Amino acid sequence: MVKINIDGKDYEVEPKDNLLQTLLSLKIDVPYFCWHPAMGSVGSCRQCAVKKYADEKDTKGRIVMSCMEPVVDGMRISVDDPEVKQFRANLIELTMTDHPHDCPVCDEGGECHLQDVTLMSGHNYRRYEYNKRTHKNQYLGPFINHEMNRCIACYRCVRFYRDYAGGRDFNVFASRNRVYFGRYEDGVLQNEFSGNLVEVCPTGVFTDKIFKEHYTRKWDLTTAPTICQNCSLGCNIIAGERYGTIRRITSRYNEKVNGYFICDRGRFGYEYVNSDLRLREPLRRGQASGQLEEVDQKTVFNYFEKLFKKNARFLGIGSPRASLEANHALQMMVGKDNFFAGVNEVDQRLTLKALQILRESPAEVPSLRETENADVVVVLGEDVTNTAPMLALSLRQASRKRPLELPEKMHIPTWNERAVDELLQDERGPFFVLTPTETKLDDIATATYRQVPQNIARLAQAVAHYIDPEAPEVSALTDSEKALAKQIGDELLNAKQPLIVSGTSLQDETLLEGAANIAIALKKRQKTPWIFLTLPEANSAGLALLDEKNLNMAFEKALSEKYDALIVLENDLYRRLETDKVDKLLDAFEHIIVLHYLQNPTTDKANLIVPVGPFTETDGTMVNNEGRAQRYFQVFYPGDTIKESWRWLGQIMAKGNLQKERTLNNLDDFIDALIQDYPQLSAVKDAAPDASFRIAGQKIPRQSHRYSGRTSMQAHINVSEPKPPEDPDTPMSFTMEGYQGPQPGAVLSRYWYPGWNSVQALNKFQIEVGGGLHDGKPGERVLDLSAKEGMSYFTQIPEPFAAQENNFLGVPLYHIFGSEELSIHTKGVAELTPKPYILLNEADTEGLGDQVKVQINDRTVELELRKTTVLPKGAAGLPVGLPDMGAIKFPVWIKISG
Amino acid sequence: MFSILRSIWLTLLHTFSKRFTIQYPEEKPKLPARWRGRIVLTRDPDGTERCVACNLCAAACPADCISLQATQDEHGRRYPAFFRINFSRCIFCGFCEDACPTYAIQLTPDFELAEYDRQNLVFEKEDLLIDGPGKYHDYNFYRVSGLAIEGKDKGEAEHEDPPIDIHDLRA
Amino acid sequence: MNEVVKYLLIIGGVLGVMLSIAAFLIWYERRMLSLWQDRYGPNRVGPFGLFQVLADMIKIFFKEDWIAPFADKWVFIIAPTFVVAAVLMGFAVVPFAPGIAVTDLNIGLLFFLAMSSLGAYSVFLGGLSSNNKYALLGSLRGAAQMISYEVFMSIALMGVVLMSGSFSLVDIVNAQKNMWFVVPQFVGFVIFFIAGVAETHRTPFDLPESESELVAGFHSEYSGMKFGMFFVGEYLGITLISAMIVTFYFGGWLGPAFLPPIVWFFIKTFVFITSFVLLRAALPRPRYDQLMSLGWKILLPLALLNLLVTGAIILTVGA
Repeated sequence: MVKINIDGKDYEVEPKDNLLQTLLSLKIDVPYFCWHPAMGSVGSCRQCAVKKYADEKDTKGRIVMSCMEPVVDGMRISVDDPEVKQFRANLIELTMTDHPHDCPVCDEGGECHLQDVTLMSGHNYRRYEYNKRTHKNQYLGPFINHEMNRCIACYRCVRFYRDYAGGRDFNVFASRNRVYFGRYEDGVLQNEFSGNLVEVCPTGVFTDKIFKEHYTRKWDLTTAPTICQNCSLGCNIIAGERYGTIRRITSRYNEKVNGYFICDRGRFGYEYVNSDLRLREPLRRGQASGQLEEVDQKTVFNYFEKLFKKNARFLGIGSPRASLEANHALQMMVGKDNFFAGVNEVDQRLTLKALQILRESPAEVPSLRETENADVVVVLGEDVTNTAPMLALSLRQASRKRPLELPEKMHIPTWNERAVDELLQDERGPFFVLTPTETKLDDIATATYRQVPQNIARLAQAVAHYIDPEAPEVSALTDSEKALAKQIGDELLNAKQPLIVSGTSLQDETLLEGAANIAIALKKRQKTPWIFLTLPEANSAGLALLDEKNLNMAFEKALSEKYDALIVLENDLYRRLETDKVDKLLDAFEHIIVLHYLQNPTTDKANLIVPVGPFTETDGTMVNNEGRAQRYFQVFYPGDTIKESWRWLGQIMAKGNLQKERTLNNLDDFIDALIQDYPQLSAVKDAAPDASFRIAGQKIPRQSHRYSGRTSMQAHINVSEPKPPEDPDTPMSFTMEGYQGPQPGAVLSRYWYPGWNSVQALNKFQIEVGGGLHDGKPGERVLDLSAKEGMSYFTQIPEPFAAQENNFLGVPLYHIFGSEELSIHTKGVAELTPKPYILLNEADTEGLGDQVKVQINDRTVELELRKTTVLPKGAAGLPVGLPDMGAIKFPVWIKISG
Repeated sequence: MFSILRSIWLTLLHTFSKRFTIQYPEEKPKLPARWRGRIVLTRDPDGTERCVACNLCAAACPADCISLQATQDEHGRRYPAFFRINFSRCIFCGFCEDACPTYAIQLTPDFELAEYDRQNLVFEKEDLLIDGPGKYHDYNFYRVSGLAIEGKDKGEAEHEDPPIDIHDLRA
Repeated sequence: MNEVVKYLLIIGGVLGVMLSIAAFLIWYERRMLSLWQDRYGPNRVGPFGLFQVLADMIKIFFKEDWIAPFADKWVFIIAPTFVVAAVLMGFAVVPFAPGIAVTDLNIGLLFFLAMSSLGAYSVFLGGLSSNNKYALLGSLRGAAQMISYEVFMSIALMGVVLMSGSFSLVDIVNAQKNMWFVVPQFVGFVIFFIAGVAETHRTPFDLPESESELVAGFHSEYSGMKFGMFFVGEYLGITLISAMIVTFYFGGWLGPAFLPPIVWFFIKTFVFITSFVLLRAALPRPRYDQLMSLGWKILLPLALLNLLVTGAIILTVGA
């Protein structure tokens, strides 16, 4: 702690940050543009000027840029000095000379950092009478709109895109007031984090194109804090609604999980909630027509009542995309024995193995954001950019961890980005990427290893054996493999904080075992490594914690025992199992009941469809890949027929007098029931405040105090306004009624603070800039760690891969846009989704044309042939999850013919 | 004391002065052009919709009786997909007109808005849009703003230089 | 028998006429105020808007008769009837014309004073039972104001009594055959008039109900016909005070013979009713402390002086 004096007042502060960050942490308003808490200072915008005095006697002082100034003991500064205020006003006036007159049609208007700072600095009337410079815009793909005229040349975009996110196709061109930020030529931005440009850009140069399609001002959005459903990381997001449709997703700060940013799949892959395929009314298959017909809610309950009367046996299939509460509700209804996790045998086995490693291996489990602090990273098999994109962004920061020791040694503060950058250039720390084919992290890798999953697992085992000779030995390694194992082992032993990243995406258990063995070996050598494993889907961990059984078991049981009805919860079985198997399973039931929000091949087979809400219309809890339970909150009330799955099931159970001893009315009741049945999940209750939480006796409003159109938006239907819906499940209200002061972090649904309409208002909600949120909770870990370190070496080492004649080993490949089931309903995502293809090593493609016939699991599909030099010979890359690819059961050997 | 008597006397003298009341339905009042009556949406001098769907009128409206949705044509010109005013809630304060950056929304000297059915007081864009520029004849937002629309590319607005060619090394 | 019928007719007549005058006054006051404010006032319903009264009555009868749940219910209901009853009783002694009076009490003047003080109960109870701070403040002001002004109202009247030598109103009128008392008792008239305005709590002395600060004061909580009673009571009060001014100072029914006495009486009364309205149109409301100091520091000494001088003159000159 040091003492500094700001405008005559003394403050005690930690001297770790630059002065600007310290001032903002003290909640003092200082205008700024180019500084960003995640990207450090470059001192280019000159907006954060303050006056610095030499000592008490110094009355003149000198103007310095606070973002470039370290905090030192006894420092005397002034933010309010008239001269420095005039300095800032002059600068903003100069900044604005070329800014176009288009705020009314700018998507940033009303949440614009530039507007905030212009007002704060005190410029309001244009005196400059000369012409404005103009620029041509570029086409930047389906997600980002470019409007270069608005640029104020703060350089934040290029610093984020190139330096922070590692993009290469975007840069700054020309000089002085002609500078241009864009691509070399028109085209789709290649980086997976390009959507963050929208939030990083202080003005409207980069805006959200998907949002533009149904644009709504920030103050008109009904917003709620929620959790991204598009991968297992569980990034925090804010979803905004207007007129009954979700308008956009923005990142929500969580100091443990995603920090300031989210990936493009998370930001743009939400359009399925607005899709025409949405199921909004209950549907029943008419006995006469054989078609699905719209029915009312009563019919749904009658349907179940009839089944209950007949004492029907239900088989329930859960979902890794549905909340813990929904899965548990189904489990309560059908009974534990008749409930099956809705994932196939491979996924479930791998998820359970991953959870076992997280719980029992001696490695510690960092949070997503903590992985940025690892100094040596080994990625085993996982193409993180495509399976868990935000992890790639974190790992990119981790690759700079080791080099950052140099500036520290030279007493250059790490926030001084310009100096650090000059010093480090392209220096990267030890970073190993072991995957079947190239990844987007290869550019920062110290070494890469391109092999099929079992060989990667063998190399991992070899690393473990190198670190600790007690670990099982791997035979038949090549010399280069031995050398690589030694290199990785040495770096890991040399590390301050080693990190092992792996996951389930390659569908190979031995990889996870290899990762665990490295962790055990390191522990034996008195190092506590971090282990970070990605899982298949948003709530895979939660589902596996509820039920260890899988779909294949359900299949066996349904065929061997007599069941009357099948209840499928928010799941498309055709993505989980081979088509013929699902058909067989569904044929075994007289009644097929599907609770879902989107029409899909499974709902097409249903006898009864119960419409439930997707994540934006429901409340629930998800458990992410590190075992963190996080609550997501309903954004808006979709009408009476669309309910949470658990609410439907609760009401259905009441009809059948099931679970009589429990009250199951609202979310809190279901959470209580969940932790009664699963005491190890008791942390779920603490993941977020319950429905009784109030501030000053008031609920937290989902709408801003300036929400408009209240008396008009429904007026075309009926001029008398309807009664606003009530929310019995959360501490939030659906209207603007409630506590309009700063929102507590735990239910923070919008960044707004007096004077700060832009996302920069976030500074006000953080205890200190870059730290935790006021009254906030980053979720709660639910993993039971009592058996920690109880794990011993996995001794089974896979055989080395041997290429076969005419037979190729299928290797799953992932695409950020395409592999995920629902995000593909966004137009832009579908546009960027590749056509189904097969990837082969050039050497294996002799005699094959552009289109090849591929035989996978007893079916033949025609696929485009792509060639590469890095995929090992004898292996065939198969993109997973793309539409038309169908479910593939790995490991698989495929046959290819011209 | 005297002033009290004087006020009484002066008040009494008003017995003989002219009455200001206009006997409304028989006699129509002459209203100034800036009278705050029925709200209209005006057009640019070139006949296109002035409203750019910026939402500022809706935000300014104390009765929250304006709602609209922005959309854009294929050239990027923004306009309201729908624009609704619930006149049964409107208090004719004129804040919307003050807030409007394009002179699109204007209040007119028409106050005769009575309806037997409240539902008829909900006006949609078709009901609000008039054919002229209203009180402000010459203003054309898109000729001033930097956004390119059909027929006006970058650098063609007022006070704009032609677009910069970043490949031009001489500059 | 004839006597009984005659008196019943007079009573009925007085009640009927007074109540219709009160109702008419609602229209009359609005029209007169408009005239002085350069407006028209109610002119749509019927000829000159005369049926406005009817429309207002229908409206007020059909209004929700709401009793505040926090009020003292029975007192709340009874309070407005007090003022109407008391003022109507006051009319019992008014000599409209020779022979046309409900009764000619020999203490008629005292009876009038008694009845007009009873009106204070209405204000006081109405405000107190409403259980509302504005109403309470209004009723406190009302009670204090009425008690204060009653003192010198009666003292001012004593001049008239001294000169006529009787408390009977008929005698007082008859005593003015030669000269209206307004000439010798001009000071008394002014004091009585001011006190009368205060007694009926009309503008400028409407502090008990001052809407700008007390939100209608003692009758804040009243609505429907109960409010209507206060309203009618007020107009009856104006009429009564005007009638009394005429009786005490302007020779009652006396006047040239080309018009019957009762017409003279009503013409004179109406002039004063109009002057009440004129006051409302012309004068702003004083502060409460100004009202009190005017009463106690100026009007009371003046009234006493008037009584002293009158008595002295009568003693020296002889009756």
